[in-house]
Amino acid sequence: MANHKVTRTREFVKGLWDENAVLVSLLGLCPVLAVTNSAINGLAMGLATTFVLFSSSTIISILRKLIPHQVRIAGFIVIIATFVTIADRFLAAFYPDISDALGPYVPLIVVNCLILGRQEAFSSKNPLGRSMLDALGVGTGFIGVLVVLGSIRELLGSGSVLNFTLLGDWFAPWMVMILPPGAFLTLGFLIALSNWINERRAEA
Amino acid sequence: MSTSARMIVVLTVITTLVGGLLAGWDSFTSPKIEQHRLERIRAAVEEVLPPHDQYEKVEIGGMSFYVGKSSADETVGIAFQAVGTGFQGEISMMVGVDASFAQITGVEILSQVETPGLGTKIVTDPTNKQNPDWFTDQFKDLKAVAEITAIKNQEPSGSTEVQAITGATISSKAVVDILNTTLEKAKDVYQSQKEQVL
Repeated sequence: MANHKVTRTREFVKGLWDENAVLVSLLGLCPVLAVTNSAINGLAMGLATTFVLFSSSTIISILRKLIPHQVRIAGFIVIIATFVTIADRFLAAFYPDISDALGPYVPLIVVNCLILGRQEAFSSKNPLGRSMLDALGVGTGFIGVLVVLGSIRELLGSGSVLNFTLLGDWFAPWMVMILPPGAFLTLGFLIALSNWINERRAEA
Repeated sequence: MSTSARMIVVLTVITTLVGGLLAGWDSFTSPKIEQHRLERIRAAVEEVLPPHDQYEKVEIGGMSFYVGKSSADETVGIAFQAVGTGFQGEISMMVGVDASFAQITGVEILSQVETPGLGTKIVTDPTNKQNPDWFTDQFKDLKAVAEITAIKNQEPSGSTEVQAITGATISSKAVVDILNTTLEKAKDVYQSQKEQVL
């Protein structure tokens, strides 16, 4: 059974940086690259994904002893798809503009390997409390990266952050930053930066 | 219970519960989503029709027309939806013409999935601070004939030309093509059958 050598705080904190889903595990890159052309899109996608991750982890952790091993993936996917549909319809009903901006990427949360990965690796083997903390930690780390990535791309690509214009008329927006190459470039620099910081910390 | 039976029972129970939950959620959210869709169409119709008192929706030959009326109940303009293929996916827009189908009175993009920052300038162009809607504004007062063209590198002249967006030529041409195709069709359908309906 699960070993409890790790403290509960640690279950939450590890997802923020040390085991960050995007910067370290490189999971769930499709939405990370596709929707971060503005900070608000990144935030909305991060929140939707975290909602799905947290809800699925909670339910799957409760049901972990009931679902037979052979059909666990089918069970996980059905549960994940349910919460994705709930999130998708919620956005369409209450935030139609954000729903339009995110387009097909909300339904695509179903196939985000980050979520299935956490179920398989964690919540199907760990008690409820720890699974919830783990999901919140990973989700928060995911939101953080999406917002930072979205802010950098929006600042350089449109001269604004969260729709507030920061750079004046003198600034010619770098169109490439809000196009797909900008996502790869920015993510590459962020991963390099996080590795550099980790190396510095290891040396110190 | 054998493993096989347990697999069947557990999956059946989970999917049944989930199905019920989603059915409930759908009946809660569907009316709101439908309301947003209608509101978007209403706003676009108001935008593209010339000054009018009220409008009514009529179905002619499988097309929906939104007929704008003056306070004296005279037809002042007609709006209809135009849908076609853009650069990456479907572009849907509302087109308004005057009562005799002679002039375009407005074009408004309802939905599109063009490239962010380039093709999306057909809706709003953040680099043009004075008039972000300049692209669709160009169609206003053009002749309502299926000969509209998007031109590059020079100022549009004449009553059937618009300026294409730099870096989004395909999206610009797509809007023009969809407009040309639908304009022709809408004119034929409306003028040949309006007597029977109105």
